[in-house]
Amino acid sequence: MAPSLADLAAAPGKELLRFATAGSVDDGKSTLIGRLLHDSKAIFEDQLEAVERASVQRGEETNLALLVDGLRAEREQGITIDVAYRYFATPARTFVIADTPGHVQYTRNMVTGASTADLALILVDARKGIVEQSRRHAFLASLLRVPHLVVCINKMDLVDYDQEVFEAIKAEFRTFAMRLEVSDLTFIPVSALHGDNVVHRSASMPWYEGSSLLHHLEQVHIASDRNLIDVRFPVQYVIRPRSDEHHDYRGYAGQVCGGVLKPGDEVAVLPSGWATTVESIDTMDGPVQEAFAPMSVTVRLSDDLDVSRGDMLCRPHNRPHVGQDLQAMVCWMAQDPLRLDGRYAIHHTTRTARALVTDLAYRLDINTLHRDESASTLGLNEIGRLGLRTTVPLFYDEYRRNRMTGSFILVDEVTNATVAAGMLLDPALAG
Amino acid sequence: MTATYQLSHLRALESEAVYIFREVAATFERPVLLFSGGKDSVVMLRLAEKAFWPAPLPFPVMHIDTGHNFAEVLEFRDRRVAELGVRMVVASVQESIDSGRVAEDGGPNASRNRLQTVTLLDAIATNEFDAVFGGARRDEEKARAKERVFSFRDDFGQWDPKNQRPELWNLYNGRHRKGEHIRVFPLSNWTELDIWRYIAEEGIEVPSLYYAHRRQVVRRNGMLMGVCEWVQPAEGEEAMEATVRYRTVGDATCTAAVESVAATPEDVIVEVAATRITERGATRADDRFSEAAMEDRKKEGYF
Repeated sequence: MAPSLADLAAAPGKELLRFATAGSVDDGKSTLIGRLLHDSKAIFEDQLEAVERASVQRGEETNLALLVDGLRAEREQGITIDVAYRYFATPARTFVIADTPGHVQYTRNMVTGASTADLALILVDARKGIVEQSRRHAFLASLLRVPHLVVCINKMDLVDYDQEVFEAIKAEFRTFAMRLEVSDLTFIPVSALHGDNVVHRSASMPWYEGSSLLHHLEQVHIASDRNLIDVRFPVQYVIRPRSDEHHDYRGYAGQVCGGVLKPGDEVAVLPSGWATTVESIDTMDGPVQEAFAPMSVTVRLSDDLDVSRGDMLCRPHNRPHVGQDLQAMVCWMAQDPLRLDGRYAIHHTTRTARALVTDLAYRLDINTLHRDESASTLGLNEIGRLGLRTTVPLFYDEYRRNRMTGSFILVDEVTNATVAAGMLLDPALAG
Repeated sequence: MTATYQLSHLRALESEAVYIFREVAATFERPVLLFSGGKDSVVMLRLAEKAFWPAPLPFPVMHIDTGHNFAEVLEFRDRRVAELGVRMVVASVQESIDSGRVAEDGGPNASRNRLQTVTLLDAIATNEFDAVFGGARRDEEKARAKERVFSFRDDFGQWDPKNQRPELWNLYNGRHRKGEHIRVFPLSNWTELDIWRYIAEEGIEVPSLYYAHRRQVVRRNGMLMGVCEWVQPAEGEEAMEATVRYRTVGDATCTAAVESVAATPEDVIVEVAATRITERGATRADDRFSEAAMEDRKKEGYF
């Protein structure tokens, strides 16, 4: 039987790739996203018609940015003020785009979008080359440990598809990126407007031998990005049915944050440190023989221990850091600046505690990477290195080793607002 | 599952939703799941079952009943709720009208859709629900594309799109004061096609009107409205019989059918994969009023 549309539509086992885009209106980001969505048939006729109606009303030509700018406030101001999520699929993969605005005042949005991204897409205008904003986006992608970085050098049509322009920008970007921790860096020359190298390889740039952007998004290897070595299972919820049928059932529900957990594995329960073994790993669809990130499962243990939400299962000889004195890079996300003697609630894995800010080592200039050690606070969109003391120990890994057990948020206990996003550092660096 | 330790995208979405359900059950006192019998809420119910198995759901379900429901959907709703043995709260728009909380519009395009907001907010307040699970998806509508998974609502149930809490990693901030609540959207990252693939893969039953059937319809504003007690042909309109199915199921007065012969989940997947019109654009009269109709309703506290 020939493959039908149903086969394509149902294609089991497709991977999900989450990517973040950053850029401003004028660098062609909306056009590029519009092109990806359009050519992968993710834009619907009624959406296009709505954009056309709105464009006519504003006396403009069809403006694809209106597809991206969802809220009325944004359309009025011609800006994107928030992270917008968009979805499309090809027979090879399913994609979630976190589309974030690029201006410096929206750093927090880019940090938000990058926090869950497998890949970050940065646009550079071929005529302008690398600008402050490109450096900032690359830095934020590296700070958030986005595993793959793709630099699209756009508007190649406006520089006569000149290879030398592309190579010069690439060399400059590489030099800058050496100061960052970027493990996988790819450059693609494109013209979003004309579609060159977006979905199909461009006939105008025969000198370019790499993939089109979409092909790259479909093929980039993401299976090794997760931590499959260090078993980390934060207990999220205790399942005790207390029914006749499952009278003695006691399962620890949660999402695997690292490693591969199997029935029979010896595990340690933190904070007590007691050792036991995994009796079974349950789901409603039946027991599983192995669990890995990001699976949500229920673990039953062989021994009757006192385990509750916020505890963590790990292997006895591979434990996370356990500590109350933390060092972290933090992005400040609230109008109210950081208070150095401030008390905040900290949310880390499934654990919640209170945290006291003990130290601001420096504020980082995200454009020059200069460290200002005389800084006394962090304002909205600023990034710095903090010391924190928590009321209870946290079980954590360095963010660079595990994005799920290495991240936290700070919440203002008065306003309940999320005020900061933090990435934990190796405690050996402290002091 | 393979040696590459990679989940399929559908299982990754499932795992994310299960995590969200458990997070709410662990950190809120009085959650509730909105259950209309529509396909998204049917999938939500399956995901909630998975999150707490072998224990029963640790929260009730609630239906905001406009009084203009499709009979087969109500029948399905009651049967599903009975099978699961969960408690159901039904909040009635008719009662809100009778008690003078809201006034009904007149005319052939009158709909109780917008009135639901008052009934919903009253029911949340009366029952002191602090977390309300909704089946909204970000791919449905552009105002929804910027919605958080944990979406804060103030004392008036209002959504402030310009002042949303940043949401990073899988760390959700559900803190709120008494009187405020959080709307929770476990299906945020699902698309219409994902919902149907999941229905097919899991063999989930949905109300029969999601599949092709013969029905008396009337063509109105370019849409096919099913003829029923509340939708009658107006002057110049003519009722006709057609083979249709519903892509969304809401209030009968503002939900339209589409011409379709899709009789199984697999057929629907093919149809949805090939379609060029969004489900709300094709079938929801309520979103056609203005460019920002959904944004405005959401600010007032709509689903």
